[in-house]
Amino acid sequence: MSTAVAEGKTWSGGNEPLKASYGKMMMWFFIVSDALTFSGFLAAYGFSRFKFISEWPIADEVFTHVPFLHGQELPMIYVAFMTFILIMSSVTMVLAVDAGHHLNKAKVTLYMFLTIIGGLIFVGSQAWEWATFIKGDYGAVQTKGGNILQFVDTDGHRVALRDFVVAGHTDRAAHERKNGLWFVDEAPLPPFTVEEVVKGLESHENVLVRTQLLNEHGEKTVLSREESLKQIKENGKLVVEGANLHVNEYGSPLFADFFFFITGFHGFHVFSGVVINIIIFFNVVLGTYERRKSYEMVEKVGLYWHFVDLVWVFVFTFFYLV
Amino acid sequence: MAHEHKLEIFRGLVKFKSNTQKIWGVLIFLSIVTAIEVVLGIYKPEWSMAQVLGMKLLNWIFIILTIVKAYYITWDFMHMRDETKGLRRAVVWTTIFLILYLIFILLQEGGYVFKVYDEGFIKRDF
Repeated sequence: MSTAVAEGKTWSGGNEPLKASYGKMMMWFFIVSDALTFSGFLAAYGFSRFKFISEWPIADEVFTHVPFLHGQELPMIYVAFMTFILIMSSVTMVLAVDAGHHLNKAKVTLYMFLTIIGGLIFVGSQAWEWATFIKGDYGAVQTKGGNILQFVDTDGHRVALRDFVVAGHTDRAAHERKNGLWFVDEAPLPPFTVEEVVKGLESHENVLVRTQLLNEHGEKTVLSREESLKQIKENGKLVVEGANLHVNEYGSPLFADFFFFITGFHGFHVFSGVVINIIIFFNVVLGTYERRKSYEMVEKVGLYWHFVDLVWVFVFTFFYLV
Repeated sequence: MAHEHKLEIFRGLVKFKSNTQKIWGVLIFLSIVTAIEVVLGIYKPEWSMAQVLGMKLLNWIFIILTIVKAYYITWDFMHMRDETKGLRRAVVWTTIFLILYLIFILLQEGGYVFKVYDEGFIKRDF
């Protein structure tokens, strides 16, 4: 073969040096760009955390709830369950892909169905996790400088505001659209005022204030009785329960912002993954790929689904473990 | 290509008879790793609190275990093991390089900002 002929063969197209179809390759490169998006978010989280390294909330104290087990402190158990669900649905997905290689329609259908169920359980769990986080549990007082003061007893156990503060009568009504200016409203009023918290603190000798600052053992600093009263009286500004984009009873509001943004973005990926899986599921049932004699479409959505699992592995580490 | 799978993990230490079997094998491995992470995270043993390269040893263990998990998800669930070298490198090397760069820049800067706050807004006093 002369050089001219060889060149003609090389450059005239039709070669597949990567031995992957166009669709699959593009799915890979989409995943690369999406991975970079997520790592941008996680690296930004890392930046903020390093910036406030001495006062960042401790995840073990934030995510301690498990559905149906009220009042028990079980850090990480539920997230570990969510992780397992997602890995499990990844497994059923890869089994569906494998069954597709054998052109086994019945098995592909079953495994795709199980994958969708796994995805739905995960999204539901995440919604529950959000709801719990937004509702909060112990409540705290925000200072003028935006820091959070929490309450503990002398043994270091957390004390909820409702356990030592008595709500007085107040005439201050929440400003809603229907009773004030129609184009403005405000967030629900906190159940207590700072003055009531001060009174509650004065009458409960065993309650102390805990600041955001971490000591050398990596635990939050607990103030002395006098310091506690002084801090609340001088700096207390707002009673905070739960978390939203502005305030966060667990500590830095940035923690809540990143939590909502990153797990929200991931949850959105899971949701769209479920939708795409459902579409492909119906295509499988209708026999589209059976007629095509190729289940490569299942493989492509499979790649996306595994990627969602992959991202969760990192979110799990950086939000809940580290 | 699509129908042939490399059926060994841990550099040939564990070999599987079929692709399905390999999938279950990898699932068991990933579950064990996750269980180790959760147990370490709950009990936080004393020895793991030592500082290594500016971070707790425990955190390094978590990060390494996460990368191990990511490797097996990509290589066996996403079948990266069976793709050509060219595709594998185009995807993996590009991503890893850019992520390492990003993390380095942002964490370095975050640490700097912390120090500025911590030392009374003076970083360098001439």
